[in-house]
Amino acid sequence: MSTAIDIRSVVKRYGTATALHGVSLSISDNEFFTLLGPSGCGKTTLLRCIAGFEDVTEGEIRLFGQNIAQLEPNHRPVNTVFQQYALFPHMTVLENVAFGLKMKGVSLTDRTARAGRMLEMVHLSAFADRLPSQLSGGQQQRVALARALAPEPKVLLLDEPLSALDLKLRQAMRVELKTLQEETGITFIFVTHDQEEALTMSDRIAVMSQGRVQQVGTARDIYESPLNRFVADFIGETNLIEVTVDRIEAGTARITLPGGHAITVPAAHTTPGKHHLSIRPERLSLAAQGDLTATVERVVYLGTDLQLLTRLTTGEEFHIRLQNSARTEIPAPGTTVALQLEEGAARLLAD
Amino acid sequence: MAGMTRPPQGNGTGYRGLIGPLLIPTWVMIGVFLVLPVLLMAVYSFLTKEFRGGVIWDFTLAAYDQFFLNRGLFGDEPPTIEWTYITIFWRSIWQAALATLICLIVGFPTAWFIATRPPKARAVWLFLVTIPYWVNLLIRTVSLKFLIRDNGPLNESLMSIGLITDPLPLVNTNLAVQLGLFYSYLPFMVLPIYAAVERYNFALSEAAADLYASRWTTLREIVLPVVKPGIVAGCILVFVPSLGAFLAPDLLGGAKTFMIGSLIDEQFRGSQGNWPFGAAAAMILMTLVLIVLMAYARAQTKGDAR
Repeated sequence: MSTAIDIRSVVKRYGTATALHGVSLSISDNEFFTLLGPSGCGKTTLLRCIAGFEDVTEGEIRLFGQNIAQLEPNHRPVNTVFQQYALFPHMTVLENVAFGLKMKGVSLTDRTARAGRMLEMVHLSAFADRLPSQLSGGQQQRVALARALAPEPKVLLLDEPLSALDLKLRQAMRVELKTLQEETGITFIFVTHDQEEALTMSDRIAVMSQGRVQQVGTARDIYESPLNRFVADFIGETNLIEVTVDRIEAGTARITLPGGHAITVPAAHTTPGKHHLSIRPERLSLAAQGDLTATVERVVYLGTDLQLLTRLTTGEEFHIRLQNSARTEIPAPGTTVALQLEEGAARLLAD
Repeated sequence: MAGMTRPPQGNGTGYRGLIGPLLIPTWVMIGVFLVLPVLLMAVYSFLTKEFRGGVIWDFTLAAYDQFFLNRGLFGDEPPTIEWTYITIFWRSIWQAALATLICLIVGFPTAWFIATRPPKARAVWLFLVTIPYWVNLLIRTVSLKFLIRDNGPLNESLMSIGLITDPLPLVNTNLAVQLGLFYSYLPFMVLPIYAAVERYNFALSEAAADLYASRWTTLREIVLPVVKPGIVAGCILVFVPSLGAFLAPDLLGGAKTFMIGSLIDEQFRGSQGNWPFGAAAAMILMTLVLIVLMAYARAQTKGDAR
């Protein structure tokens, strides 16, 4: 698979503030790639650097081998779906979709035909002659998508395009976006702060925080093998407990859990000393004898799941999720329970 | 009326019954300050002139006749078209149009500049734009005349640095009138355009650039159409008062730059005046302005109804 976008040590500074600290990423052709992180993490800045709305302070951005970092946005063969859509209010839906083709010098007949096909693809053919203000949010979103796809960009950039939609529509659009990406074969770079969105659509995800890429991997990689506390905490729900690594042998670390029980876990890049352990709340079970001992403080009934809010003997809060079935015995608040970790449930973090 | 919003239905508090009485001040304002003066002017334009100013209540078309037709010195020749006043009108229209164009060319970048500053700086710049209005227009126009007259500071300094040997004849020219109109009405162009640009969503410019439009194309295809209401408002606010202006043409211009405003002004001064004729000229001017505005509004609705 060839590389669509190659970002090499990109630094972006605004005066004394640094938004991106030497970001490097390689995004394959035909990939659905997501930049995920909380607001202010630099994900949108990176997207704007790729689009050309921001100059990079240092570094290169290569598009199929060509460095585009110094090009004006109108000379970059990438198109953007904007967060608030940014549809041209004085143009009809069809004119909006045809605008990029018009700028590329495509004749009126050809661009009208192509824009018409794009509208068909997003199920808006009936609205071609409307003004954007006469459409609902979801429809405007689709027009923005059709407009950005019409000139057949090499890479499509999407800046939180679903954030302005309500939940139902957002869920439907996720499926539609993924299908669209597969059908068109265009590389999608999708920016979001919503981890569920990222996990459901992406081929790969880059988790960003404070202007740095924290981890790149598939949804499964970053959920099941987080590298550091930020990733473990940001993606899904997790329990972070402080542990001491006693010794490391052949890639395995021997650690002592609170309460004295010792276990071995894979040690990726860790050194002996204080570290954090990430344990997903659904990867353990109640047992007669276990690795951890905790006191139940509250039981929250969630329908499909039960959430137990417990406290370890060391005083740390610990969350547990149990699947709700007829056989599930619900421990009463105040009781002490033993917790058995599933194989591979504990993940030793770098920090 | 399109601008009137309907009160919420059926809250049963008699709120709707209050609408009529509450609108009374509005209707009084419109009646006393708009309808009544215009009606008065319309009626006067059909009356007979009194020699020391004022009117005699005798219906006649004499004022309009005098404006459009030439019947010779004693009024007994077959009528031909009277060009004097039409020429003045025509001159006024193009002077006002030119002033509007110059204000637009200078005002748009100014408004753009202010609207793209940080919010605090915008307030300062807007304040600076309106500062000249703290001084009376007459005084400002007279000062302008002092600045550009033959032995005024402009000519003196140009001569002292040897750029020119004789003073530039600026006063009593079209250029001076243009300068006066430009100076008087520029803020009327800047402010509405500023309001439009300030509301402009700059993501639209990014979207256009993203879709391969150059900066120039973005300005022409996206920015100008979107801020057009502000530009139109600015043009109307400059064109209309420029058309009827009399201070700048009077003080800075000469006989060759005589404009409608001065013509009308003269009719109501002292014993030389002719009230019905002044009223008729004012009515013709107003009709002209209304025709232009209505033609524009019509073109606008047709454009929107696409």
